[in-house]
Amino acid sequence: MSNVILVWSVSIAQLMLVLAMACHAWRLLRGPRAQDRVLCLDAMYVAAMLLVLTVGIRTGSTLYFEAALVIALLGFVSTVALAKFLMRGEVIE
Amino acid sequence: MTPAEALPGWAALLVAFCVLCGASLTLAGAVGVVRFRSFFERIHAPTLATSFGAAGILLGSMIFFSVLQSRPVLHEVLIFVFVTVTTPVTLMLLARAALFRNRAEGNPGVPSRADMLSSAQGSLGGERR
Amino acid sequence: MSRVLPYPLLTASLLLMWLLLNGFSPGHVVLGLAVAVFASRVMVALHPGKPRLRRWQLIPRLFLLVVADVVKSNVAVTSIILQGKRRQWTAGFVAIPLKLRDEIGLAVLACIITSTPGTAWIDYDQASGVLLIHVLDLADEEEWRELIRTRYEALLREIFE
Repeated sequence: MSNVILVWSVSIAQLMLVLAMACHAWRLLRGPRAQDRVLCLDAMYVAAMLLVLTVGIRTGSTLYFEAALVIALLGFVSTVALAKFLMRGEVIE
Repeated sequence: MTPAEALPGWAALLVAFCVLCGASLTLAGAVGVVRFRSFFERIHAPTLATSFGAAGILLGSMIFFSVLQSRPVLHEVLIFVFVTVTTPVTLMLLARAALFRNRAEGNPGVPSRADMLSSAQGSLGGERR
Repeated sequence: MSRVLPYPLLTASLLLMWLLLNGFSPGHVVLGLAVAVFASRVMVALHPGKPRLRRWQLIPRLFLLVVADVVKSNVAVTSIILQGKRRQWTAGFVAIPLKLRDEIGLAVLACIITSTPGTAWIDYDQASGVLLIHVLDLADEEEWRELIRTRYEALLREIFE
C-alpha cells in the first residue's frame, strides 16, 4: 500500500517538475531580454535539482543526493558568472 | 519495484504530502515566470521554488531516507542551506545587472539614481518633522 | 585561542558539514576537524572583517519572524499567480532610507528581502544609505517603508550595531 502511495505521488511530483522546467524553457526561448533568459536558466537549475532528488526517493538510493548538490553548485556559479557578464560585458575584471 | 515496501504507511503519506507540496509550489513559480509581464515582476517567481518548493521536497527526502534506514539522514539540510544562501546572491546580481542595462539604455519604467534618492529624501523629510 | 582557532564558528560549521556529508564516525570527526582547522586558518589570509554580534539572543526571534513572513508571502504570491487575469496588481519600486550601516547587517537584510517572495532587493546607495526594493503587490509605498524599518531594520540594528 505504502508503495502505491509513494510511486503515485512521486510520479505526479516529477510530472509537475518537468512541466515547471517546460515553462522555464518557454520563457528561456521567448526572452525578451538577456536577463530574463539568465533568470530562467537559474530557475531551471533549481527545478532540475529537485527532479534529481525525487528520482532519488523513487529508487531509494542516496547517490542522487550528491548529483543534486553538484547541480546546485553549478547553477549558482554559472548564474553568477552570467549576471556579472551582463553587468560589465566581461566575467573576470 | 522499489525498496519502499518496507516503509510504514504514515511515513509514505507524509513523504507524499511534502513532495507534492514542494512540486506544486515549484510549478506555481514556473507559471509565474511565464505569466508576469516584466523582468522585475518575474524575479519574484523563482523564490517560490527556492524557499518552500525546495524545502518541501528536501523534507520529504529526509523523512523517506531516515525512516528507510532507521537512522537520522540529515544531509539534505546542506542543500537547503546552500540554496537559501545562494538564491539572494544570484537574484541580487541579476537585478542589479538588469537595472544597470535599463538605465544605460535610458528605458522608462526603472527609477534613475536621482529619482531613487529624491523619493527617499521626500519620505525622510516627512519623518524629520 | 584566537591564534589557534581564529574563527571558531566557521570551524564548527565546517566540521558539521563534513559530518553531514560523510556520516558520523570517530575517524571522520578527526579528519573533519583537521580540514576545518586548516580551512579556517587559511581564512585569516583573506582578512575578512570580524562580525560583531551585540545581542545574539535576538537571532532566534529574527529567524521565526522571517519564517513566518516567508510562509505568508508564499501564500500571497501563489494566489496572485493562480488568479491570473482576474486579479489586478501593481508592481513598483520603493526607495527606503536606512539607518543601518553595519555591512553584515545589510547583507542579512538583503538575504531576508530577496528570499521572501514578493519583495526583491534591487540597489543600495552606500553614500546616502538609500535602499531600492521592488515589490510585486504594491498597495501603499509608505506602508512598505514602515514595514521594512520597524519589522527588520530595528531588530537588525539591535543585533549588529
